[in-house]
Amino acid sequence: MSLVATDLARSFAYGRKGLFRRQATFFAVDGVSLTIEAGKTHGIVGESGCGKSTLAKLLLGLIALDRGMVALNGEQISDVSEARWRALRQRVQLVYQDAAGALDPRLPVRAQVEEPLAIHGLPLADAEEALEAVGLSGRLADRYPHEMSGGQLQRVVIARALALKPDVLVLDEPVSALDVSIQAQIVNLLLDLQRDRGLTYLFVSHDLSVVHHISDRISVMYLGQIVEEASRDALFSNPLHPYTKALMAAVPDPDPRKPRTAAPKVGDPPNPAFPPSGCRYHPRCPMAEDRCRTTPPELRDMGGRRVACHLAEVA
Amino acid sequence: MSATGLITGRRWAPVRVMAQTPIGVVLAAGFMVVMFFVMIFAKVIQPYEFDYIDLLARMAPPIPLEGSTWAHPVGTDTLGRDLMSRLLVGTQTSMLLALLGTCLGAVLGVALGFLAAHKGRLWDEVIMGLVDFQAAMPWFIVALAILAFLGNSMLIFIAIMALYGWETYARITRGLVLSAREQGYALAVRGLGARARWVYLRHILPNIAGPLLVQLTVNFPSTILFETSLSFLGLGIRPPMTSLGQMLGEGRDYLINAWWLAVVPGLTIFLITLCMSILGDWLRSKLDPSLEA
Amino acid sequence: MRWAAIKIARAGITMWLVVTFVFFVLRISGDPTYMLLPDDIDEATRDFYRRLWGLDKPLMTQYWSYLKALSQGDFGISFRNNLDAFDLVMERVPKTLLLTTTALAISLAIGIPLGILAALYRDSWLDRGVMAVAVFGFSMPNFFLGILLILFFSLNLRILPSSGSGTWAHLIMPAATLGISFAAQFARYTRSSMIDVLSKPYMRTARSKGAGLARRVNLHALPNASVPIVTILGFKIGELIGGAVITETVFAWPGIGRLLTNAVDTRDLAVVQCIMILLALTMVTANAITDLIYGWIDPRVRVGAGASQK
Repeated sequence: MSLVATDLARSFAYGRKGLFRRQATFFAVDGVSLTIEAGKTHGIVGESGCGKSTLAKLLLGLIALDRGMVALNGEQISDVSEARWRALRQRVQLVYQDAAGALDPRLPVRAQVEEPLAIHGLPLADAEEALEAVGLSGRLADRYPHEMSGGQLQRVVIARALALKPDVLVLDEPVSALDVSIQAQIVNLLLDLQRDRGLTYLFVSHDLSVVHHISDRISVMYLGQIVEEASRDALFSNPLHPYTKALMAAVPDPDPRKPRTAAPKVGDPPNPAFPPSGCRYHPRCPMAEDRCRTTPPELRDMGGRRVACHLAEVA
Repeated sequence: MSATGLITGRRWAPVRVMAQTPIGVVLAAGFMVVMFFVMIFAKVIQPYEFDYIDLLARMAPPIPLEGSTWAHPVGTDTLGRDLMSRLLVGTQTSMLLALLGTCLGAVLGVALGFLAAHKGRLWDEVIMGLVDFQAAMPWFIVALAILAFLGNSMLIFIAIMALYGWETYARITRGLVLSAREQGYALAVRGLGARARWVYLRHILPNIAGPLLVQLTVNFPSTILFETSLSFLGLGIRPPMTSLGQMLGEGRDYLINAWWLAVVPGLTIFLITLCMSILGDWLRSKLDPSLEA
Repeated sequence: MRWAAIKIARAGITMWLVVTFVFFVLRISGDPTYMLLPDDIDEATRDFYRRLWGLDKPLMTQYWSYLKALSQGDFGISFRNNLDAFDLVMERVPKTLLLTTTALAISLAIGIPLGILAALYRDSWLDRGVMAVAVFGFSMPNFFLGILLILFFSLNLRILPSSGSGTWAHLIMPAATLGISFAAQFARYTRSSMIDVLSKPYMRTARSKGAGLARRVNLHALPNASVPIVTILGFKIGELIGGAVITETVFAWPGIGRLLTNAVDTRDLAVVQCIMILLALTMVTANAITDLIYGWIDPRVRVGAGASQK
């Protein structure tokens, strides 16, 4: 059950269209390829605006691709007919950041957990059982969303996503709206579910520590492109791309005995509508050379990991 | 907080709601309950057949006036027909037509609003163009022209009533659908693999029903005025049928000798529109303060 | 400029749609000479119109001739008195214009000041009183109000004539009848528009600068509050004419409304057609003017459409 994405790209229009002016566009996702192994978790990290949520939607086919394709187990699942796309929802599901917004305020939880089955004309399963599987009491089934806490709502959303028994869950910042203590509970729930059901996860987050906790492999995105991809341990013990290093330096260390190192000042990300020439990271990179300003680096294979930097050497 | 309690509470206490409601609104609601009762049971409770002619009892005035009788508490008209019975049946006709017209207009408008929002592009342009056109042309006069060109039949009259006011529903629905569609729940249900129709009917329509219902209440008075105006001119409901407007139009010719023939149905129309307006304003301020005009 | 051109093009398209619609409705209902000309007219005249409208020619040619005839003011002949429909209608126009403009003036003169007062003293007894009266005025059908006025002023007090149009005294009751429901509506719109404007930060600024109430209202609040009122005014012109039809009937006021009611009653289609097309023209012009005024009092409309960003 591997999920393979090849050269995905998607642009968006912005600004106003003039009579004699073509509408300006920019690429939110620009040439992303990745492979997610069955039963594993692939983390995507990056700052807000780097295109990671767009990538999640592209993988699900919630928005159309400009270029590239997505395959599940070798079978193409992008650019398919409306009916086929709907049927594919049984195999790939999405979990949202805003759980409260993702639920219809007017319906009790029971109806919402049963809804995916109703949509696909499947026999209705017991909603209480589905809720208990995500660690909620079955008695909550008759509550309305506004009567529940954020953590409970996210569990409901997960229960709904699991109702169709999908193979792949795309988790788009599933815990970033929650309190830290609740985050841990949800992450552990996701790990338990993966172990019991052999689920494949794509876990999108801006939070390195959460991604570190859950992922097997991690891709780092910057301005619509993957700049580094490695196994969790390789990435955290030896980040190769300067951007990855900067991200890691920005994570506060929970150990109070360690001396505090000031995070390198990197400034704000540039406007994605006008990506810099050459390596897109060069204006913020402390090590940038001349070739970084002119030649875009390729995503090079470096022994089980990939990195897009001219200066990265095999360790 | 009382408003949310009213909407979301699964059990609501009618007594508590009554206590919080202004007295004018309670009276208006009471009057409308009576009017809807008349709308359903007019033919059952009418003391005489509404078109029974009794020339010996012509032009009897209503009760407090000199020469009135208990046999005809609201008096009789120039043909001796019982005014009470005519009032009941006329109210029934006017209420039924207004209700039918409002509901048909709402269904048409809501459907077109959904269509415009869903299809977008050309559909949206054409439907919203029609909305602008309908809003700009005085429908009352267009209705007169249609009656002139096609002649008057009950079917045409109902069609004219249904086409009155649809554009407000279309405009409101389109706006609500466009914003509701971008809500997380709508996108999420779509992501579950639901058809667009499923999302519209199961999720968006129930969620936008509140403002639409308010609009229904707000439109009802103008619809009843529309029907009574046409019938008043003798171009809507015509004898042998009767409606409040038709009664008023007939009574207008006897202002000097029998002013009540015009005043009684006129007052009834006025009270219905007044009470519905009060109810509509109140509902609007309760359910959707942002829409308050 | 582009903005004005779009408005004018839209107005043109609307007119064309109305005329085309009327043309096809007339064609599907049979030989137009029987619809638009009196029954007892001689065959020669009928043939003259058949040739004029090109009824022996293909439909598209007919359509073209129809447009040409209309542009020359030829709408057919009245069924009832064998007069040219266009002349018959134009003869009534001044009376209706007098009635509607007087009614509009009354409604604005009553509605706008009351709306401003209600907004300035929001939630006071004055506000409540004005709004209660507005609901009454809004709910009062104008045919009923007209009858009540006749009963009181003509039959009871005997101080005003109940019908006709000879003197200024004749104008008072019809104009009041027509104006009052609109006054109620304008009071409501003005109030909500003013309340909206009064809550804006620039009103607080004006107040903190020490500007007096009159200055704040006249210089800051009214110009901004008038924008939505003008928009509504454009829409209300249609309703005003619709109301005139009824008011004219109640008071036997010899305007277009009465002509239309009678023409519909007798199916005098040439007259109906003529009134409809002229009415559409009035509405389209009124809307275009409203848009222009709107652009004039709200500079953002011009800037937004004319200049492009960046």
